[in-house]
Amino acid sequence: MCLAIPMQIVKIEGEKGIVEIGGVTREVGLQLVNDVKEGDYVIVHAGFAIQRLDEKRALETLALFAEMEKLV
Amino acid sequence: MKFIDEFRSEKSARRLSEAIRNRAGITEMTFMEVCGTHTMAIARNGIRELLPENITLISGPGCPVCVTPNQTIDRAIALSRLPDTVIATFGDMMKVPGSHSSLDREHARGGNIRVVTSTLEALAIAEKEPKKKVVFLGVGFETTTPTVAVALKEARRKKIANFFILSAHKVMPPAMKALSDLGVKIHGYLCPGHVSAIIGSRPYDFLPAEYGIGCVVAGFEPLDIMQALLMLVEQVRSGTPRVQVQYSRVVKAEGNPTARRIMDEVFEPCDSEWRGLGWVPRSGLKIRDVYSDWDTERQIPVEVEPAQEPKGCLCGGVLRGEVKPPECSHFGKKCTPDNPVGPCMVSSEGTCAAYFKYYQM
Repeated sequence: MCLAIPMQIVKIEGEKGIVEIGGVTREVGLQLVNDVKEGDYVIVHAGFAIQRLDEKRALETLALFAEMEKLV
Repeated sequence: MKFIDEFRSEKSARRLSEAIRNRAGITEMTFMEVCGTHTMAIARNGIRELLPENITLISGPGCPVCVTPNQTIDRAIALSRLPDTVIATFGDMMKVPGSHSSLDREHARGGNIRVVTSTLEALAIAEKEPKKKVVFLGVGFETTTPTVAVALKEARRKKIANFFILSAHKVMPPAMKALSDLGVKIHGYLCPGHVSAIIGSRPYDFLPAEYGIGCVVAGFEPLDIMQALLMLVEQVRSGTPRVQVQYSRVVKAEGNPTARRIMDEVFEPCDSEWRGLGWVPRSGLKIRDVYSDWDTERQIPVEVEPAQEPKGCLCGGVLRGEVKPPECSHFGKKCTPDNPVGPCMVSSEGTCAAYFKYYQM
């Protein structure tokens, strides 16, 4: 029930946002997130954005994996 | 898909698997994934097969559908039989057996039950059908509860008087405390990523402080889970149990303060009954007095007989991590996803359903 996925905000209208993933768009409530703007990624659960995805942190985690791949 | 596919690299998964194997040595370790969505991700991605034999993963009480006691289902069914009453619910709850029936069966018999994908959809039904009482079945953990709080605030703002919440919401940390008190042998917890997106990582501080058990808040992609397991192995091997966040792209120490504020405005803690754990102090959420006009329990009284649990069902033990699904005599025989006896077989993220789907045959 806690399934949630990262989607990108393509449009904001007041408390509503249009988010997109893999070409599919849907409308979500933005009442639970502050300071989001178009282009941001958010975690979407049950029709709401519940948190902003921190892209810098995501890239840091991925860099760690890339580093591990190099070590043999 | 960005921020999903990158976290599924097979090559990285193999590297992490090797690192876990090397670091774990021969020490026996048992980790519990608290969250049902983790249980499903672990099964679907074959994570157990990537781990050495001395690491055991057990599932915990983090499937909201599974821990909701029969009493709540029975109440929802009783409400659905009242005239001019509509039950709105997320799809997960439909097949869960109550004492004598399920919402699915009531729906087949003509009960007015509607599946929604968001709380605002339920509110929209109430707005469109003002002569009906629309009861939203509020089941879920901290991930979901803020979305229910938003709907209630909207109902108040728009003065929608025929919308009600049946609050069976639960919060995760007290259940983990109850589990730790039971003495279930766990060397570390894999903490729920999306619950923690809301509450942050601080509410877990009691685990190392009071119980000497470490934990890692993890994301849901295979590399997230593997990395979190490596972090848990490190904690065990170095003897430094602590709270760590692997899912740092989503989880902050303070969580999501906006969502928490909205949730606190509408709900307050109460004692709550969990299947498998019994009554756990301050582990549930009830509607605050200022929102009592929208509280089903206070506005729509209904008689519910004492609940009956299915005979021989071991869901309780499964939810405490004490029983593996195949140890239950019903598993795969009398109890299957098409014809479930207990809730752990019903929910798409139930432990029994995960075992049935991925570890059978």
